[in-house]
Amino acid sequence: MTSTTTSAPLLAVRDLAVTFGTKGSRPVHAVDQVSFEIRPGQHVGLVGESGSGKSVTSLAIMGLLPRRGVRTSGEVLWGGQNLLEADRKTMSRLRGRDIAMVFQDPMTSLNPVVPVGIQVSEVITRHKGVDRREAADRAEALLRKVGIPDPGRRLGEYPHQLSGGMRQRVLIAMALACGPKLLIADEPTTALDVTIQAQVLEVLKDLVKDTDAALLMITHDLGVVAGLCDEVNVMYSGRIVESTTKDRLFGEPRHPYTGGLLESIPRLDSPRGTPLRPIPGSPTQTLPWSEGCAFSPRCRNKIDSCTTSTPVLEQHEDRQLRCFNPLTEARQEARS
Amino acid sequence: MTSLVSVQGLKVHFPIRDGLVMNRRVGAVKAVDGVDLEIREGMTLGLVGESGCGKSTLGRALLRLSPVTEGRVVFDGTDVGELKGERLRRIRQDMQMVFQDPLASLNPRQSVETILTEPLRAHGIAYDRRTRVRELLDQVGLPPSAAQKYPHEFSGGQRQRIGIARAVALEPRFVIADEPVSALDVSIQAQVLNLLEELQEKLGLTYLVIAHDLAVVRHVSDEVAVMYLGGVVEQAPSDDLYAEPRHPYTMALMSAVPVPDPRVEATRERILLQGDLPSPANPPTGCRFHTRCPFRQESRCDTERPVLRELAPGHRVACHFAEEIADGRIRPHEVSAEQVLAG
Repeated sequence: MTSTTTSAPLLAVRDLAVTFGTKGSRPVHAVDQVSFEIRPGQHVGLVGESGSGKSVTSLAIMGLLPRRGVRTSGEVLWGGQNLLEADRKTMSRLRGRDIAMVFQDPMTSLNPVVPVGIQVSEVITRHKGVDRREAADRAEALLRKVGIPDPGRRLGEYPHQLSGGMRQRVLIAMALACGPKLLIADEPTTALDVTIQAQVLEVLKDLVKDTDAALLMITHDLGVVAGLCDEVNVMYSGRIVESTTKDRLFGEPRHPYTGGLLESIPRLDSPRGTPLRPIPGSPTQTLPWSEGCAFSPRCRNKIDSCTTSTPVLEQHEDRQLRCFNPLTEARQEARS
Repeated sequence: MTSLVSVQGLKVHFPIRDGLVMNRRVGAVKAVDGVDLEIREGMTLGLVGESGCGKSTLGRALLRLSPVTEGRVVFDGTDVGELKGERLRRIRQDMQMVFQDPLASLNPRQSVETILTEPLRAHGIAYDRRTRVRELLDQVGLPPSAAQKYPHEFSGGQRQRIGIARAVALEPRFVIADEPVSALDVSIQAQVLNLLEELQEKLGLTYLVIAHDLAVVRHVSDEVAVMYLGGVVEQAPSDDLYAEPRHPYTMALMSAVPVPDPRVEATRERILLQGDLPSPANPPTGCRFHTRCPFRQESRCDTERPVLRELAPGHRVACHFAEEIADGRIRPHEVSAEQVLAG
């Protein structure tokens, strides 16, 4: 929250597009026209359902997409350099040191046959050039910092000997080992139970605050975003449909998709008997963006132009919006 | 109102065996360890808890899909535990289940029509194929054309609708829904929850909804039971439970749920639990929760297992010090993760 609007962005994603497809098959536009910025120390959320392209966006930033069958265009600017054009060597120097990532499933992102201590210290020896003993000491300190009890003993254990919450803590320790400037967290708590999720989010929040790292939080859970992020980008079918500050987004959602999501989630603090208003249809029922708005088949605010021309993301009062017929203030009041 | 389902002192223990030849029994995973529940006709009981607390095992034990070690399950006056063969099969007509993962619980090689009529055939019920299938599909909001399709042709939400249609095909009185929406996208969950409510009204169903998501359970349930490590720690009418949780575990669980509203998130107080769920093979002595409880008091909590007692009408809590905690006479103290490990 220390960031100001005037400081230069740490990471700027401009017009990012990722297309999957091999010769002969119809290409899939997983991500298209995605632009956003992250300033130093800022917490940005990327929200969407499965298939909305949020994870592909993060993989593209990290240069982790396979080279075959994938076309990327646009720019991912990091300190003036376009990461999409960077060579392998530059990327592997950058990954883990300046930009680190925490994945959803800690069981598949840790190596099952290597003790966790070695996995954590590997990051340190690789980027900091210290010897193994020094790295092991630092690894122990890191595990302590992320709240793992008896870290000295845990260093020698294998991933299967740890619980899910602890494995996720190990991943966070690895990600923060070299003091990255940006941490990308892709659904870091989705596989965890609520009380463990609360623990892990707390650790993440504290560590990001301590190290002044910026955070890109990728999640489907609007509750997680509400607690953690400053700015939120909502994605639908590969494109950003609404982008604004957290308070504006939750206070008065303008895109019918954002509004629909908020109305369809049962909330712990709403009076019982409040009816849920689900978004009709399913995320697979989309119109290709080339023919109109992808959300229009499910949209309650649909007008004629939604299926004849394609909306663009443009400044709409206090936010970026991709919609011909956004929710209005009046509708907001009727809702509350 | 009378109870349709009554669970008394239910225990489900899974033996841990050791040795290839001798096959000695060396212990037991106490998945469900002494549960009493009443489910009244026409209502929805929500069962919440984290993974490993025994909620799914309990649900399966009600249908005799898990072996019952001890205790009784009484369905409409009949002790389910004593039934065998044909009579057990017949009572299952009245008790059906909706599973979590619709893709895993639907046979990929069967058409929807076959899936929906299989229960009817299995129970030897005469039906008109055309009209019955169409009726079932209509009830769950699917078009008649769905009958000839296969599960992979549907989206997650539609598949769950098929699972629900199969569960109601036999016109059961009691349906157990085990995590009915947790595998679905957020925008779809509300559709399925609304469908469950609609069917309950139309068909007069009684539900046991098992879920880890407190907001979902709160939305659908008339009454909620919270489980921790094989036992029910609190049971109350939904509104009472959420307005005034009395068990420290319920309080922690509720404060851990993220709320999609930044104003609420910024101001609410969190009770952060330390450590992980202890192993059900070797549960803590006394109160199962005492190792992680921020209100734990010396000696009584770790020696004497609290029983459920009624604090307010219909509001039952298994905590020795529930009154003192509610009055603020006992304040929470720090629990470190090391202490949890040490027990």
